[in-house]
Amino acid sequence: MTIATFPPEPKPEQGWGRYFGFCTDAKVIGIQYIVTAFFFFLIGGLLAMVIRGELITPQSDLVDRAVYNGIYTMHGTIMLFLFTFPVLNGLNNLLIPTMIGAPDMAFPRLNAVAFWLVPIFGFLLIASFFVPGGPAYSGWWSYPPVSIQNPAGNLINGQGMWITAVALSGVSSIMGAINFVTTILRMRAPGMTFFRMPVFCWTALAAQSLQLIGLPALTGGAIMLLMDLTFGTSFYRAEGGGDPVLYQHFFWFYSHPAVYVIILPVFGIFSELFPVYSRKPLFGYVYVALASFIIVGLGLIVWVHHMFPSGVAQWMRNLFMVTTMLIAVPTGVKVFAWLGTLWGGKLRLTTPMLFCLGGLFNFVFAGITGIMLATVPVDIHVSNTYFVVGHFHYVIYGAAVMGIFAAIYHWFPKFIGRMPYEGLGKLHFLLTFIGANLNFLPMHPLGLMGMPRRVSSYDPEFTFWNVVASLGAFLLGVSIIPFLLNMLSAWIRGPKATHNPWNAIGLEWLLPSPPPEDNFGEDVPTVISRPYGYGLGKPLVEHQDEIERKLELQEASA
Amino acid sequence: MTTTTLQQPGAPAEHEEQPKHNLTGFIIFLCSESVIFLAFFSGYALLKTSALNWLPQGVDGLEWKTPLVNTIVLVSSSGTIALAEHFKNRENMLLFRGFWLMSMAMGAYFLYGQAVEWSGLQFGFTSGTFGGTFYLLTGFHGLHVATGILLMGLMLIKSFIPGNYSGGEQGVQATSLFWHFVDVIWIILFLLIYVWQ
Repeated sequence: MTIATFPPEPKPEQGWGRYFGFCTDAKVIGIQYIVTAFFFFLIGGLLAMVIRGELITPQSDLVDRAVYNGIYTMHGTIMLFLFTFPVLNGLNNLLIPTMIGAPDMAFPRLNAVAFWLVPIFGFLLIASFFVPGGPAYSGWWSYPPVSIQNPAGNLINGQGMWITAVALSGVSSIMGAINFVTTILRMRAPGMTFFRMPVFCWTALAAQSLQLIGLPALTGGAIMLLMDLTFGTSFYRAEGGGDPVLYQHFFWFYSHPAVYVIILPVFGIFSELFPVYSRKPLFGYVYVALASFIIVGLGLIVWVHHMFPSGVAQWMRNLFMVTTMLIAVPTGVKVFAWLGTLWGGKLRLTTPMLFCLGGLFNFVFAGITGIMLATVPVDIHVSNTYFVVGHFHYVIYGAAVMGIFAAIYHWFPKFIGRMPYEGLGKLHFLLTFIGANLNFLPMHPLGLMGMPRRVSSYDPEFTFWNVVASLGAFLLGVSIIPFLLNMLSAWIRGPKATHNPWNAIGLEWLLPSPPPEDNFGEDVPTVISRPYGYGLGKPLVEHQDEIERKLELQEASA
Repeated sequence: MTTTTLQQPGAPAEHEEQPKHNLTGFIIFLCSESVIFLAFFSGYALLKTSALNWLPQGVDGLEWKTPLVNTIVLVSSSGTIALAEHFKNRENMLLFRGFWLMSMAMGAYFLYGQAVEWSGLQFGFTSGTFGGTFYLLTGFHGLHVATGILLMGLMLIKSFIPGNYSGGEQGVQATSLFWHFVDVIWIILFLLIYVWQ
């Protein structure tokens, strides 16, 4: 019985090669997701630069009007389906197994398949630029009747490719969601009850449940859209007895919750990072955790607020206005919990903390305009104007993307094993924060003045705010340079990271940096207390001192 | 030596857990899949209640007798597959295979009946919203029936691998769960399309 444990496995391939192949290690897949997402982020960003370049003058002079329609459609689609979802799935892949002490995801092969679908539908979407007729031009929501027009009659057309890509993205997300939910439900470390789980895992569970409930509706709606477009059915074709508003229901039944799929993990990131950098336990942990599921429940019954001007019944408008406003309650619980965490804490203004604070600031602003938009009269007044565009860019860029950057800076040392540079990071933060506000704040007065979205030429009275917004956009474009420089140079030759450079509490920080392939392997520590025990002096797991001493010895000898 | 270590306490539980994940994952998948049908059903109901001329010209309703026979066959196959599973748990492989094959045959009969019905209809996929939703719902469901039969065939082949089913086979459980799911969907579909006319 000398061989009590398994013989040490031969070292898996550690080189660059594994990032380009079909690898089933969640940590490799996580990095594959994030890098792929940023590749598409650059493409989507380039399209945004073209949009803002066009809008810097009132005339339609930079690109053709038809091309402009394709560009904003693809900008929205790429940013949501090819950047935000993949980058969050990357974080899920990195963080969920390590945070709950699992060796890998529940279904590693499914995980790899889900990832490899992303470049496939990404390629499909980008390829639609080069087919006759150009890419889809009906906006990222692709409402019929515009989206079921196929004037050239080509079987392969931009709109058809768009629908196929979105459906494939749905398949990939469902695969991912099944994996994440199963992993969280069944593979937690001994002693890790639900109420000892880090909030990031709670929010990931909530967000992925939303994917599972919402996405099939969009997939179903998209199948019917494709049939209308390709086979001439009339589900949404009014002249054939169909109902274009039905598509709007399907689309928003998923695509409104999709916003919560994006923002919930970011709430999780805020909840993880504020305690670390203010050295205090998370205020109201149980309420923050449970609020995620209240957001899921309410998030599923608010979608009609996107359709107030679409001719829905007045009782529906009233009902959905109330549910939409109610969602501010669980969200407010979270915001006040973060403020309570920060209150009286010893704040360390590192790059991740700055991104979190900036993100929270932007999120509160977005929340206020969100309540305004929930109100039926205001919504009808500003519907389809830049006010809406400003609102959701504050949510998606101002809050979510900044939270994602915070997470990347915070966990980079853990999964890459090297420290990112603080100076470049702070420069990146400054440019992002100023750029985002300069870009998206002017959209609110523009919207209130009545400037419609999705136009390439506008009344000269809107020029001033458009110029400001465009300058902000270019600043945002520049802001990505210090980020990329930072990531590349830190990855190649950054200073080696210790196992816990931020002095954080959590299972992932009891692993070496970068963690071995199977994380804790056979000896998963037993969790004995709640997360975020900053300043309480209670260990998180059994034998914590021993584990930490072992890691320190390893680091000293390396 | 290494084989004895596998039998140590803790280790067996570890190895049983993996298939249990499969079933958990599969149940989550089915829940999610049911939302697509829910979307199609609600779309059908919405289009039907708001339509001015629901049925295409020259069509005055669907014949329901043949589909009813089909329904009875499909729903009873849920019983035979449950019996098959019961015999598998008793390790009576002969009866397991018998009832399993019978369920497959009943599924295949259903598909055949569906094809016969389709070929005799006066309207097509593009005949307004009625034709569209009819073929969409029955076609999408038929696709699931076909998938179920394929899965059952796969499980049947796997049952001939010696010792494969000795320790809790999850595939059989998952397939039979899928089959019940397909049946329940059909019952709703039948009520929606053939009964509510």
